[in-house]
Amino acid sequence: MSDMSMDSAAPRRSSKSLHEVDARTRRRNAAETRFKACGIGAIAIGLFFLVVLVVAIFRSGLPAFTQTVLDVEFALTQEQYEDAESQLFKTKAYSQAFNGALKTQLDESGVTLPFDEASIERIAGKVGGTIREYFRANEDQLGQPTSFQLAASSRVDGYMTGRVTRDGFQDSRFLTLADLDLVDALEDAGIIRTQFNWNFITGADSGVDNPGGAGIGASVVGSFFMMLVVLFLSLPIGVAASIYLEEFAPRNRFTDLIEVNISNLAAVPSIVFGILGLAVFIQFMHLPQSAPVVGGLVLTLMTLPTIIISTRASLNAVPPSIRDAALGLGASRMQSVFHHVLPLAMPGILTGTIIGLAQALGETAPLLLIGMVGFVARGYPDSFIDGFVEPNSAMPAQIYTWAARADAAFYDKAWGGIIILLMFLLTMNIIAIILRRRFERRW
Amino acid sequence: MNDMRLLERDVDAKDIKIAARKVQVYYADTHAIKDVDVDIEDKTVTAFIGPSGCGKSTFLRCLNRMNDTIDICRVEGDIRIDGEDIYDAKVDPVQLRAKVGMVFQKPNPFPKSIYDNIAYGPRIHGLARSKADLDDIVEKSLRRGAIWDEVKDRLHAPGTGLSGGQQQRLCIARAVATEPEVLLMDEPCSALDPIATSQVEELIDELRQEFSVVIVTHSMQQAARVSQKTAFFHLGNLVEYGETGQIFTTPQDPRTESYITGRIG
Repeated sequence: MSDMSMDSAAPRRSSKSLHEVDARTRRRNAAETRFKACGIGAIAIGLFFLVVLVVAIFRSGLPAFTQTVLDVEFALTQEQYEDAESQLFKTKAYSQAFNGALKTQLDESGVTLPFDEASIERIAGKVGGTIREYFRANEDQLGQPTSFQLAASSRVDGYMTGRVTRDGFQDSRFLTLADLDLVDALEDAGIIRTQFNWNFITGADSGVDNPGGAGIGASVVGSFFMMLVVLFLSLPIGVAASIYLEEFAPRNRFTDLIEVNISNLAAVPSIVFGILGLAVFIQFMHLPQSAPVVGGLVLTLMTLPTIIISTRASLNAVPPSIRDAALGLGASRMQSVFHHVLPLAMPGILTGTIIGLAQALGETAPLLLIGMVGFVARGYPDSFIDGFVEPNSAMPAQIYTWAARADAAFYDKAWGGIIILLMFLLTMNIIAIILRRRFERRW
Repeated sequence: MNDMRLLERDVDAKDIKIAARKVQVYYADTHAIKDVDVDIEDKTVTAFIGPSGCGKSTFLRCLNRMNDTIDICRVEGDIRIDGEDIYDAKVDPVQLRAKVGMVFQKPNPFPKSIYDNIAYGPRIHGLARSKADLDDIVEKSLRRGAIWDEVKDRLHAPGTGLSGGQQQRLCIARAVATEPEVLLMDEPCSALDPIATSQVEELIDELRQEFSVVIVTHSMQQAARVSQKTAFFHLGNLVEYGETGQIFTTPQDPRTESYITGRIG
């Protein structure tokens, strides 16, 4: 601003040496330097927060990818099996058998610590049930030594990963100091160990009391089917609408109104779309609750304005001379659009689509309203069609559900879920970039 | 009606390709072209000259209905090509534009290969029955566009990679590839250097053998060099129309004289 003002004392340019920098030039250069410094500062701040974000995500999220297991080799004879099945408290009988085996294993490694059923239950949960399930399903394994990997409880898991420490530890009904001694002994004996948690990537959500068994796989599948719906609805509808509005529609008050409203829709809070989806798709059209197809429809509504706006912008950016050239050769309007304008606008359309999809992928609020909450994600769909209609959750809703749970171990799961979500997003972006490149290569 | 058209043809089809009567063009409320009457002869180069904004390009764009693409533009009056009203409701502008080709001010090759640029028109109009046919059309058109020798070794290189003059000749070749009867040129040389300009001018002179060419130009020297007939537009009116030699040596209207002597425009 200041260098714009005229210097009244010197109305005429005096001719001075080029080797001396005059005051005006110095001020202008200083302003430019300041501006550049601001820019660098802004980028540095941005990078700083990015680094903080990545570090925070990985520090908090990585524990979700490991799990603490009790690795016990254990054989159940036919007599033991029949004996256990004949009792009133069947799982208790299995637990006893298991504890016996565990004790033998510990004795072999020279550990002499007293432990009882209760402490094993506190460390590894109700093992009896797991074992009974296994042998009832695989009766032919009776008598064979079988290796069991039992997930440790979330507190033991926390103790192994450092979340729970002995300092200030208070005995509770969940874990006692004596249990921790036992855990240390089991670890020395190689019975408790930490391993990569495949179940977190491939599994489904678990109950509130079992963070160790929680996995995000089912909701990844839910998100995937939702994205399929969003992609295959919003891309064609959005592109067709933009082509019509940009290339064919007459400019009048009605199309102006549509235009304004599309821009407005892009700014509508997502939860509004959620309640709209609940009212229209579920209550009125009676589509199944919690189904990815409904989630996809809701997110399509949300994504459409983004895609339409960016597609129109990129259609608009195609030089009109290309349209003239095609029309001048006797191409119809549609030929000019589909042969020349659309291919040139394709990279921009893809960018808009990926931004829209990324938004949709991270959207939580509307999904909660249509019932795609985390605990619904209990397993994989049986078939491709079921993937659309069977109740499932999606990654952000799953993460939200975990973050809201009381057990601190779910906190790790939530962060781990964020890592998976970001990787899913990264994959989508990479595909989009490859497609973009392919379209752009045609100069 | 039919008889009348036949009669008209007998009398003047040999000479008159385009007949315009009382043509009015409005851009919203602006009256851009007022009462223009002009007869454009076949196998002749007709030049439209006049100061900027005088309506010569607008009138040119009426001849193949390119003004249809502008929402606010309205055309009234009667324009006939070979006696057929081109603004008749039955006329599809797409068919008309295949018959009346156009070359624009700025070279606008498609961002595709040289080959595809030329082949596009014949492809959409179904002019080639086979690949060999298409190859022939491409070669012939590029030869007519006087650019064959420069590009024959790189037909599959992008058309946008050529120099400005080459691009414009490519656009001319592209326009002639659809076998039009009339070729409209809207200041085809305004973006070209003198050498490219003279190449394009030579080309226009050759094209006169087969097409009727209408060229809009800002350069009076160019009009004098390439055209047989010249029309002078001023403020939306057709001021004077006649033999090029006569317009430049003995203009009838004082406005034409002022313009060609450089006093207005």
